[in-house]
Amino acid sequence: MKRRVITDMKARTFRRHIRESFKSLTRNGWMTFASVSAVTVTLLLVGVFFVIMMNLNRMATTIEEDVEIRVHIDVAANEKDKDYLEEKIGQLGGIKSITYSPKEKELDNLIKSLGDRGESFKLFEQDNPLNDVFVVKTKDPTDTMKIAKQIEKMDYVSSAKYGQGKVEKLFNVLKISRNVGLVLIIGLLFTAMFLISNTIKITIVARRREIEIMRLVGATNSFIRWPFFLEGLWLGILGAIIPIAVVSSAYYYLFDFIQAKLIREHFIKLIEFNPFVYQLSAVLLIMGAAIGIWGSLMSVRKFLKV
Amino acid sequence: MIEMQDVSKTYSNGVTALSRININIEQGEFVYVVGPSGAGKSTFIKMMYREIRPTHGTISVNGINLSKLRHNKVPLLRRNIGVVFQDFKLLQTLSVYENVAFAMEVIEEQPANIKRRVMETLDLVGLKHKARMLPTELSGGEQQRVSIARSIVNSPKVVIADEPTGNLDPDTSWEIMNIFDEINLRGTTIVMATHNKEIVNTIKHRVIAIEGGRIVRDEAKGDYGYES
Repeated sequence: MKRRVITDMKARTFRRHIRESFKSLTRNGWMTFASVSAVTVTLLLVGVFFVIMMNLNRMATTIEEDVEIRVHIDVAANEKDKDYLEEKIGQLGGIKSITYSPKEKELDNLIKSLGDRGESFKLFEQDNPLNDVFVVKTKDPTDTMKIAKQIEKMDYVSSAKYGQGKVEKLFNVLKISRNVGLVLIIGLLFTAMFLISNTIKITIVARRREIEIMRLVGATNSFIRWPFFLEGLWLGILGAIIPIAVVSSAYYYLFDFIQAKLIREHFIKLIEFNPFVYQLSAVLLIMGAAIGIWGSLMSVRKFLKV
Repeated sequence: MIEMQDVSKTYSNGVTALSRININIEQGEFVYVVGPSGAGKSTFIKMMYREIRPTHGTISVNGINLSKLRHNKVPLLRRNIGVVFQDFKLLQTLSVYENVAFAMEVIEEQPANIKRRVMETLDLVGLKHKARMLPTELSGGEQQRVSIARSIVNSPKVVIADEPTGNLDPDTSWEIMNIFDEINLRGTTIVMATHNKEIVNTIKHRVIAIEGGRIVRDEAKGDYGYES
């Protein structure tokens, strides 16, 4: 019986806190609007950035998987030399696979990849000018360049080629855009938190007397803090609504359009709408809530020495 | 009820407000605290509800040692202490009823209790018929009665009043004093800082005089002792 009374009381108190927190949202209309807008802008950028980064990452992994070193074997090498070379390459650290591809197969591939124009190369079938090739894949694609250089120095190797330049360029672009985006987003996060903590500071000042009386008559510290905590939470969640709606619908409508183009030209697939967008929405909502709570805790701690 | 042993307070700016105070106030006593402005009366009173902590010595209120009291236990101490101020400190947007009920709501009392107890208390201070009015619609004396009602609504063992008649005309001051006497008769300890010579000299109670941070006089049924 007593237990029930206690839980009833808690629920009633909680309803009171929620009521109070909404009251201050409407009372400080303009500040509420400013903080919600700040969160909205921040999360909108975070959302767009997320979508782009995740997709770029996906593309990078797809491309990375295709990164290989083509070891052209010296024409002077006999079978024994080739076996020796294969063993030497295998002894290098970080090798995922080594596949042997004889020059006949190489010519075939070449002719196929050139399509109609490849016909003229069929003449070379009699006297193939290509080399036999070891196709080497590395465990970590970023090691490609280093390993290629090591292989190039070995005996019986005429050359070791990989998508020179292209790979490094892609990795660089990814790295730079990631860093720039992160700096931008962190800056925006702080702005949003600052605005929220200011909004709540105004609430606290407006309710200074109320707080003073609560402390005098013996309200607990958490009782006094709860409404402000909730106010911050609402500001963050309200700020997350528009970004979630915009990013989700934009991804939904642009997906087919961009996807078609990418597949046609680059064989690249985007991340599927479901469950990616739902996960993204959850991330944005949690970020909004976290910004709000953090902002409110900062000002409560500073201005409510309870 | 309230005990101070060798209590001193020096503020961070170096000003010593109180030095070596020893005092003992029993349950049910009515005590006037008098003395010139800046003598340390406010500091003395604020220490009792732990708004200010002493730099030296021990204070205990209602059996609780305030110097050992943990920060999160202060609310529990305050529930046994009612405080009344010169400037009433009422919430202007709330009605008389709501102002008094506020003190019970924020310590999470049962709604049924709140209604009964608030009306009871408003009856005691003679404002039952004005429960729905806003503080701005009341006279100064009536506002002070609301603030007294708020201080006693949670049935504290002690009421501390800092110049409760400071803003009121003489007639109204007498009414307020009658209410404090009534509360005291019901067993509540009252500690009141005041500058009101007539009141102290007419309604006789224990008088503690503070000057320059020291207790210079402590007499049962004493006089105000200063030219007002």
